[in-house]
Amino acid sequence: MTSKPLLRVEGLRKSFSANRHTVHALNGVSLALEQGETLGIIGESGSGKSTLGRIAVGLETPTAGELHVEGMRIDTMSPRLRRDKLRRCQMIFQDPYSSLNPRLPVGRQIGEGLFARGESDWRAIDATVADLLDRVGLKREFAKRYPHEFSGGQRQRIAIARALAPDPHIVVADEPVSALDVSIQAQILDLLAELKKQGDLSYIFISHDMAVVARLCDRVAVMHRGRIVECGSVSAIIENPQHPYTRNLLDAVPRFGRRRTGQKPVVVRLPLHNDGDCFIDVGEGHVVLQSASSE
Amino acid sequence: MSAPYLSVRNLSVTFPTKAGTFHAIDDISFDLARGEILALVGESGSGKSMTSLSIMHLLPEAAEMSGRIEIDGRDISALGRREIEDVRGAKVGMIFQEPMTSLNPVLTIARQMTEGPVRHNGVSRRDALATARTCLEDVGIAEPDRVLAQYPHQLSGGMRQRVMIAASLALQPGILIADEPTTALDVTVQSQVLDLLVDLKARLGSGILLITHDIGVVAETADRVAVMRGGRILEMGAVDNVLGVPQHDYTKALLASHLTVEKGLMQRGAQCERARQ
Repeated sequence: MTSKPLLRVEGLRKSFSANRHTVHALNGVSLALEQGETLGIIGESGSGKSTLGRIAVGLETPTAGELHVEGMRIDTMSPRLRRDKLRRCQMIFQDPYSSLNPRLPVGRQIGEGLFARGESDWRAIDATVADLLDRVGLKREFAKRYPHEFSGGQRQRIAIARALAPDPHIVVADEPVSALDVSIQAQILDLLAELKKQGDLSYIFISHDMAVVARLCDRVAVMHRGRIVECGSVSAIIENPQHPYTRNLLDAVPRFGRRRTGQKPVVVRLPLHNDGDCFIDVGEGHVVLQSASSE
Repeated sequence: MSAPYLSVRNLSVTFPTKAGTFHAIDDISFDLARGEILALVGESGSGKSMTSLSIMHLLPEAAEMSGRIEIDGRDISALGRREIEDVRGAKVGMIFQEPMTSLNPVLTIARQMTEGPVRHNGVSRRDALATARTCLEDVGIAEPDRVLAQYPHQLSGGMRQRVMIAASLALQPGILIADEPTTALDVTVQSQVLDLLVDLKARLGSGILLITHDIGVVAETADRVAVMRGGRILEMGAVDNVLGVPQHDYTKALLASHLTVEKGLMQRGAQCERARQ
């Protein structure tokens, strides 16, 4: 390969256990994020998409598998080195109400990322924070205010500024617009696109909303039950979905010009995938997980 | 069309605040007949949920309500606490957004579904249980007996919402108020629940007041739509008319900002094109 992917995961597994139950959130996920691209991860609740995002920024450690950031394998590194490397991976969360500390001025919260990076002069930090607020379309003076003084859309801008503070190369956005009104959603998506144009950024964009993914992403991976079942360019996935689960997902999106009749739709049996299943390439990097047993 | 089952006239809801009176709902009127789905659509703070709470007399203490609400020919706006309980459940069923918070976690589904009928209609437990079983079948649950014995946490999100709908059907209400019934659900499950609502309308003749922020859901599910903003109804009419030929600027803006898969692809394409130039 000529250019190394910015982030690469190989055979990633994660299981959680509680009350003697083991839940397999990820069943062997391999994925690469290329420099400058926006990779969408779409799936329903429980598909493992958030777990994958949390592993990519170091909020969870995988049970098995490899995590490479900028060409270096980091899951086997010492915690200190790993933390240093993961500073390049930042996260934006879904709920702008619970992801900000209500008792700290927002400028302070944005600045903490810079402080953690080793910057210790708060005057310099404050100047950078003001610049960051500017970049996300907020007033520089807002740094002194508290989260409750802002609307949902503004808070998400603050969360974006906080993620950008340590100068990341990778930003993982986990459902960043799901909690917002539609008119605000478009503004935040435009902001994310604009920020990418300005800087050296790549996104992993986690969402359940096909329309939002279509708007922002270059490539998309469809997840179901802890596996990627289909991956390809966003237009290939939407215009030519191959996996039955992707088709179900697309078909369920509400749309104009269709009326519900109350008739039960034909239930499509989704294939159960095993670890031995392989991807088949249907052209131009569009791959589909093929069940070995069904053929 | 039959006479309206629910008729709301000049409804206003205000809250006294330090800065003066806040109008959560500002003089709205609409009708809902049996066998039709009327959607109230708007963004957060538009007053759509307040409307449903006023019909059920579930407004917060501080709220002041004026106007007239008629259900099945009876003015309910001035009813006392006791009398309104005969309306709730029996005449108007309600389905909320989060089925987990509206179901009692420590009671079995059987217990929760029979409580209402036993209390309201004075039926025996056994009859109530039989009705509950039928209602669960009505909402497409294949094994009602198994579900009846379970607790809410044992059910998936979609199943819980089905159980909620079944529970509200048990008293055979004329209309259902569904307040963002699918917002917390996955799209494929949302699709099933919406199909169910349309099926109930067609098969049981229920009238449904569907409260949603998703204009795509309105387009494929509702018969009529009222667009709300700032406590007012800005535009109301048949879905094809309002969404097809919107008259109010806000409706146009709402339609423009609604993101569909096709629009998303196109806008992204245009963005890439601009970046290349």
